Amino acid sequence: MVVKEYEALLQAYGRAGGDNQALENSEVGNLLIHGNKVLKANQVKGLKVETEEFASGVKVHFLVERGARIKHPVHLCFGLLPQEGLQEIIMQVKAEEESKVNVLAHCIFPSAVKVIHKMDAELEIGPGAEFNYRETHYHGEFGGIEVIPKAKIRIAERGVWSSNFTLIQGLVGKLDYDFEASCEEKAVAELLLKAYGKNNDELKVWERIHLNGRESRGLAKSRLVLSDRAKAEVRGETYGNAPLARGHVDCLEIVNGDEALASAIPVVQVRNKQAKVTHEAAIGSLDKKQIQTLMARGLEEAEAIDVIVSGILRG
Amino acid sequence: MLEVSDLRLIRDGKAILNDLNLRVERGEIHGLLGVNGTGKTTLANIIMGLAAPAGGRILFEGEDITRLPVWQRAKRGITLAWQEPARFEGLTVRDYLQLNGRADPAELEENLASVGLPPGQYLDRFVDSTLSGGERKRIELASVMSVKPKLAILDEPDSGIDMVSLPHIMNGITQMVKGGSSVLLITHNDSGAEIADRVSVICAGKIIKSGSPKEVSQWFKSNCRVCLTPGMPREGV
Repeated sequence: MVVKEYEALLQAYGRAGGDNQALENSEVGNLLIHGNKVLKANQVKGLKVETEEFASGVKVHFLVERGARIKHPVHLCFGLLPQEGLQEIIMQVKAEEESKVNVLAHCIFPSAVKVIHKMDAELEIGPGAEFNYRETHYHGEFGGIEVIPKAKIRIAERGVWSSNFTLIQGLVGKLDYDFEASCEEKAVAELLLKAYGKNNDELKVWERIHLNGRESRGLAKSRLVLSDRAKAEVRGETYGNAPLARGHVDCLEIVNGDEALASAIPVVQVRNKQAKVTHEAAIGSLDKKQIQTLMARGLEEAEAIDVIVSGILRG
Repeated sequence: MLEVSDLRLIRDGKAILNDLNLRVERGEIHGLLGVNGTGKTTLANIIMGLAAPAGGRILFEGEDITRLPVWQRAKRGITLAWQEPARFEGLTVRDYLQLNGRADPAELEENLASVGLPPGQYLDRFVDSTLSGGERKRIELASVMSVKPKLAILDEPDSGIDMVSLPHIMNGITQMVKGGSSVLLITHNDSGAEIADRVSVICAGKIIKSGSPKEVSQWFKSNCRVCLTPGMPREGV
């Protein structure tokens, strides 16, 4: 049964853009979870991955050791192939001092009719450590999925966190995304979300950055395109609490459906006279001039819209 | 190749295009000179299909295209470079230059080089706000070259351009014509019309003079540059 699940998830992973060879390569750190079963876990030098299965999911301890520079991106795959089910991933992540790692996560729910996927992550990025996290979802065309990713990221001095959460393939279903980062001195946090809502998708996005350390920097950026009757609410918050902290909130929501609804709530707050936080939010239809430009190159209107939307949502 | 007859557009009771007539011959650069507000961009938009005229007719290679949508005109070989080109998030220069797939990779590089942009430095950049105005205009021209148009309408490619970029723009235009395109070069800068084969002057929505670049540019300087009533040509002009 496990072998069957493994092969099926591997196939789905490949279809969703995952690198199957990376999962077979012993030099590449990886972790493959189906439902509450760990199908594969590969550690590499400097990276320790421990897992605990429980009834509805898996608890993962992910450690990048002090000074380790992980050569190849670490591949994570979380999925649930049946039409119904619950998957909870509890992540405890620690990147120790001066370590560096790139993580590519794929979350795959190709047949979801009634599926809940929850991720609760606590992340500690150590002094001078760099953690780049890219999460891509593939949801199939049924829209019966609820995705609830929550992450609390603490970034120590000079540490760097960069995340890129992408949900553009298949229907979103319901998304309740909540990423919160706190930066110490000279630390950097970049939160980026890209999503394409269609049909009756509902998206709630909440990005928060606390710039607590001197000269810390933060960017909370989101790009959403909404078609049909999709609805989205984006809250981008940045708090400048320390001298020379610099933050920016950047939200773009494109409404490309007669019944789609977009809202944005940017919050910028400064508690220190030497801090500066800016924001920009644009909500509206696709730019007419962009469409006309592409049509003047020979694209039909629908093709032009596809090109523009693909650009906005580019990973 | 292009024959515009009695083109008319009225907005708020004012004739923006006033029974305008214009011909662009195959393989020529036809300069269109006019001061601000004389109908140059409106004419470009109507030829491209971005706006509908109240009257008149546009023939392209003998076919009446007056009512065709933009993309069908583009399929027939007409394209337009905007005065202020749009910017696109997430779209690379490479993507932008091969939108309709007519140019192969080597040609994309040649087209960028023609407008003075090193391909290695630009092909993977985004066509977004990180480009300067001059860079964006040069990329627009390279994009027009890459669709291999029969007729390129260039709306003030020389406006807002620094002295370094201007020769590259002009070189791109002449290269395009050598490649077989015709160009309607809209400008309010008489020096921009120097590369044209013929030049027409537009005023108050109609063509009031056509001829050789030297003759018409001089006439434009003497009459339009000093005109105290732009948009209202004097009696007999």
